[in-house]
Amino acid sequence: MPIIQATGLTHTFTVGGRTVEAVRGVDFEVSPGEIIGFLGPNGAGKTTTLRILTTMLKPTSGRATVAGVDVDADPAGVRRRIGYVAQAGGTDGNCRVAEELILQARLYGIGKRDAERRAAELCERLDLTGLADRPIRTLSGGQRRRTDIALGLVHEPQLVFLDEPSVGLDPQSRSDLWTHIRRLRDELGTTVFLTTHYLDEADTLCDRILVMNHGRVIAEGTPDALKRRISGDVVSLTLGGDADRAKAVLAECPGLDEIAVSGQTVRLTARGGEQALVWLMRAADQADLDLRSVNIARPTLDDVFLALTGSSLNENHS
Amino acid sequence: MSLISDSSLIFARQMRLSLRSPAWPIIGLFQPALYLAFLGPLLVSVAGAGVDGLPAGAAWRFFVPGLLIQLGLFGPLFAGLSIIADLRSGVFERMRVTPVSRFALLAGRVMRDTVVLLVQTVVLLTVAYAFGLRAPLVGLLLMFLFVAAIAVGLSALSHGLGLLVRSEESFTPLLNVAAIPLLLLSGILLPMTLAPQWLDVISRLTPFRYIVDGMRTALYGDYTGSVVVTGAAVAVVTAAVCLVLGARLFSRRHA
Ligand SMILES: Nc1ncnc2c1ncn2[C@@H]1O[C@H](COP(=O)(O)OP(=O)(O)O)[C@@H](O)[C@H]1O
Ligand SMILES: [Mg+2]
Repeated sequence: MPIIQATGLTHTFTVGGRTVEAVRGVDFEVSPGEIIGFLGPNGAGKTTTLRILTTMLKPTSGRATVAGVDVDADPAGVRRRIGYVAQAGGTDGNCRVAEELILQARLYGIGKRDAERRAAELCERLDLTGLADRPIRTLSGGQRRRTDIALGLVHEPQLVFLDEPSVGLDPQSRSDLWTHIRRLRDELGTTVFLTTHYLDEADTLCDRILVMNHGRVIAEGTPDALKRRISGDVVSLTLGGDADRAKAVLAECPGLDEIAVSGQTVRLTARGGEQALVWLMRAADQADLDLRSVNIARPTLDDVFLALTGSSLNENHS
Repeated sequence: MSLISDSSLIFARQMRLSLRSPAWPIIGLFQPALYLAFLGPLLVSVAGAGVDGLPAGAAWRFFVPGLLIQLGLFGPLFAGLSIIADLRSGVFERMRVTPVSRFALLAGRVMRDTVVLLVQTVVLLTVAYAFGLRAPLVGLLLMFLFVAAIAVGLSALSHGLGLLVRSEESFTPLLNVAAIPLLLLSGILLPMTLAPQWLDVISRLTPFRYIVDGMRTALYGDYTGSVVVTGAAVAVVTAAVCLVLGARLFSRRHA
């Protein structure tokens, strides 16, 4: 039985008389023990969907069951069974790490002794030992984010939602965090539902990805399956002159699947990249294109996103 | 009962934060003393001969209830600022996503503001005693009941409004606009019996008019008269209405 089932979820915000359709009909299922991720640019509707699933927001329409409980019929029942770590975190700089962890456990109905034990265990698990009595404002970004995550795990939920868990962290902290998240699933069997706009995070951490854009899930699958949708290799040609004219010229070559221009670069996919390259160079030469550089690569999730939406995830975000 | 234990958990957290803030002892304990020292003597002179509504020799008994209400209007009424900060930092959402009752999230905070105001009341009454306040014990004890009702009402209202308004920039001016007329119309500094009729009528439309009159009469030693009973009833009903309003705002899903 799926641990999450969402059917036709929508959410429309009304701000000063104007409406924003943040989520426009989202359907998916999540199996227990999966690490699943929403991948999409800022504004895609990832946070809004998560807030519906965690009962923080009422869906405008649609239904969802989370951990076997209907979010609309029994929100408190859902809350008992899940953990949630919001995108912006949830700590006050004047509080101390351990006292907030203990409080959070007790808000889940855990007794004082047990709460203290779990707080200490979590500090160890998330490399926070030694920081337990520090005011949260004195922590580094990575330590503070791990505190946020510890707060979401203190009651050992079977399912945890992590909204942009590694946003704003340096590369070392990010990869440490990924290790923690993987261990959570591997050792405790926790289902992890995260959102990210980082391609590498989705690629290395998630068993399965739901690609989200403009309030909809536009593709789903394992990272490999998604990349396989881009049949063949990705060839990028950077030009000095008119990229659109170049696109028209190069599109005539045989063996190409898709061709798109972004900036001064023509990106195309070809079943056999090396073979296509010969044709492409020849055509460029004949048409006198000002070719600056050429690159062949195996497809990435960004190519998937580009093929699905016509724009690069990296362009939306630096 | 989990509502009580949940509220106590929130209360303990908020209390810890209050005690940790360096501003707390200064604002909380010295402000009331300052009012007594710098305003009280003026009032004693004004009331020297006794005026209508302010019997001779009753200046302190007249003045102290007004100060207590003023403390409420500057403390609990602005307590909603903390919920706005917690909305911004995500602390509030972190607590809302637990199964804890929505009412406990409000009640724990209201309890903190109430305890703070009660402690301020102890200080204020002690300092006032040093200045010359003399009142029957029952009257003094009744002050705590009035103060508790005022704190519960104003704090619950303020927290609810904080969730609605969600920004300090709008919240603070909004409350100032509300607090100043309430303060002036209650007759906190001078007896409303001196007011022209139109002012007296407007004043009777605000709850604090009845509350402050009730508190003063209690300090004069007349606990069972209709003025005290009316004042107490207005205080309790106002507190209850504000609490229900605040609780409703706290239980909204999209807060
Ligand atoms: N509380 C809100 N009020 C109004 N609009 C909102 C609110 N939260 C999000 N939105 C809008 O909804 C859309 C989706 O936002 P969000 O779910 O935060 O996206 P993501 O998490 O993918 O970046 C955006 O256009 C955003 O501006
Ligand atoms: Mg987001």
